[in-house]
Amino acid sequence: MTTAQIELRHVSKTYEGVEEPAVKDLSLSVEPGEILVLVGPSGCGKSTTLRLINRMIEPSEGTIVYEGEDVTTVDPNKLRRRIGYVIQQVGLFPHRTIAENIATVPELLKWPKAKVAERIDELLELVGMDPEVYRDRYPSELSGGQAQRVGVARALGADPDVLLMDEPFGAIDPITRDRLQNEFLRLQSTLRKTIVFVTHDIDEAVKMGDRIAILREGSQIAQLDKPEVILAEPADEFVENFLGSGAILKSLTLKRVRDIDLDPLVVLRDPVHRGQALTALAESGSGYAVLVDRDNRPVCWINERSLNSSSELAKAGREISVQLQPEDTLQDALSAMLQSSSGHAVVVDGTGRYQGCCTIESLAHFVVGMGNGGTSLETTGRSA
Amino acid sequence: MSTAIAEVATDESTRTRRKWNAANLDLIITPTLALVLLVLAVFVWQYTEFDSTTERILEPASLARQMRQQITLSFWSTLLVVSVAVPLGILVTRRGAPKLKDALVTVLGLGQAVPAYGLIVLFFVWLGQGATTAVIALATFALLPVLRNTIVGLQQVDSSVIEAGKGMGMTALQRLRKIELPLAVPVIVAGVRTAAVINVGMAALAFLIGAGGLGETINAGLKLNRPTAIFIGAALVALVALAFDTAGALAQRYLRPRGV
Repeated sequence: MTTAQIELRHVSKTYEGVEEPAVKDLSLSVEPGEILVLVGPSGCGKSTTLRLINRMIEPSEGTIVYEGEDVTTVDPNKLRRRIGYVIQQVGLFPHRTIAENIATVPELLKWPKAKVAERIDELLELVGMDPEVYRDRYPSELSGGQAQRVGVARALGADPDVLLMDEPFGAIDPITRDRLQNEFLRLQSTLRKTIVFVTHDIDEAVKMGDRIAILREGSQIAQLDKPEVILAEPADEFVENFLGSGAILKSLTLKRVRDIDLDPLVVLRDPVHRGQALTALAESGSGYAVLVDRDNRPVCWINERSLNSSSELAKAGREISVQLQPEDTLQDALSAMLQSSSGHAVVVDGTGRYQGCCTIESLAHFVVGMGNGGTSLETTGRSA
Repeated sequence: MSTAIAEVATDESTRTRRKWNAANLDLIITPTLALVLLVLAVFVWQYTEFDSTTERILEPASLARQMRQQITLSFWSTLLVVSVAVPLGILVTRRGAPKLKDALVTVLGLGQAVPAYGLIVLFFVWLGQGATTAVIALATFALLPVLRNTIVGLQQVDSSVIEAGKGMGMTALQRLRKIELPLAVPVIVAGVRTAAVINVGMAALAFLIGAGGLGETINAGLKLNRPTAIFIGAALVALVALAFDTAGALAQRYLRPRGV
């Protein structure tokens, strides 16, 4: 416990003139390098809790411990310069260039100019924006997604160990949001910051969180655990209701294609005789075979009809539109299967070589196995 | 991706162009008006028979003195307005400041409802005659637009921008200096411009308490029934006002922070 990056000890926040505290006796610790997601219905106090950590809101009671040091009474401005802060509205300074925005905290900390300039370019590259292009632009010239990238870069300005993110992708369109989430996760896999992330979107929580705290009114923790555990074993009815009906579908984003058993299916290596192919198909009984080239790369789907339609197999078969890689999520696999003409999804390794097939059966089998003997799955099933 | 960026860029450039046009219009209309007025005044001066009384009223040396007084009175009272109203506006918009903002605006609004003539006389009764009294009276009358614009200018700053600054560890003073004031400047300067023009107009009444100004010429023209003198005096006041307005428009253009 002493290794915790941030610790809230019995923290309460009561607003003047309001009887019920917004945050009631909350104790929470955030481990170094993890993304802890605070999620809950609106008004549950999740944002208030986040803002207690950098003392944007002063706690009424309790202690905030940062890297083992009690920071409940230190100068809040100094504390905030050590903690990155990203908000939904981004809040870039409209009258300052992108570079000046990113330089905010380094300048407050009086870094030498050369070091600041270097840091600006480094951060812009980190968030995937060309420094040459964007350095001297103004925030009004950016799209919403780009603005939030700069927001993240600015929060990382002085390389803080901790990032607080208050619904950072909440105001961004779904497609861009998805891309930013993925980019951010990739970034985090190298940066290993300690992150507290607030969202009201359970899907985002499942995707982003190493651990999730589901909060109810008064910022009371309903359940705090790894996402897969919460999805499989919701602690009570509140959590169950909050997860909603799609718990199984959500859990598919947590597992990777490499986690499930692949179906080898029937593999035909080009060149192959029509007769051989027919026999192989008849024996397997699956209706489809995968044609691979000399280098073991999948070429097309073969079934009985395509064998009859043309003598040249490579042209006769149906195209393989989507290929999966072992790192893809099972949700990707499901959508690939639905798109595929054969109902199966081809899995290849990093160099494009055939690994096997993902089938609905193997997926279903895996999902049933995930629910620890099926009891909790039945529970989630009933709430659906 | 690249098309999206290009789109944003075009959008931005049209917006800047439109803004620039609006600012330009300001910088064209006012000087044009001033020029027309000047031509008209010169025309009247040249082609009107002056009788001896008119000639005495429109004596170039005294006109020059009155013009200097007019400009000096307007300039100092505007400066006084800015140095009082802007800090006051900042003060009342701070968090935890006593809630006197609305009261202040109301009182000053009432003050503006008092006729300018009456206000100048009131200050005369209180402070005696002279230029200083005139400057203070003018400043009081023009305080409201600057104060109101300072308050509005500071309040219209996007709260998420201030929140972000606070969250990054900027002190209250740093937030004011680096975020709030720069972003409020366009609105504040607009208020100052209004105040400056009010001051020029009001300075024409300064002669009432012995502070000179072009009001002397207008007054003499009225009393002695010399329309030419009235016109020349009024035209000169208008010219000074338009000059102040143009200076204000220039300030608005060059003090506006980039990127906004």
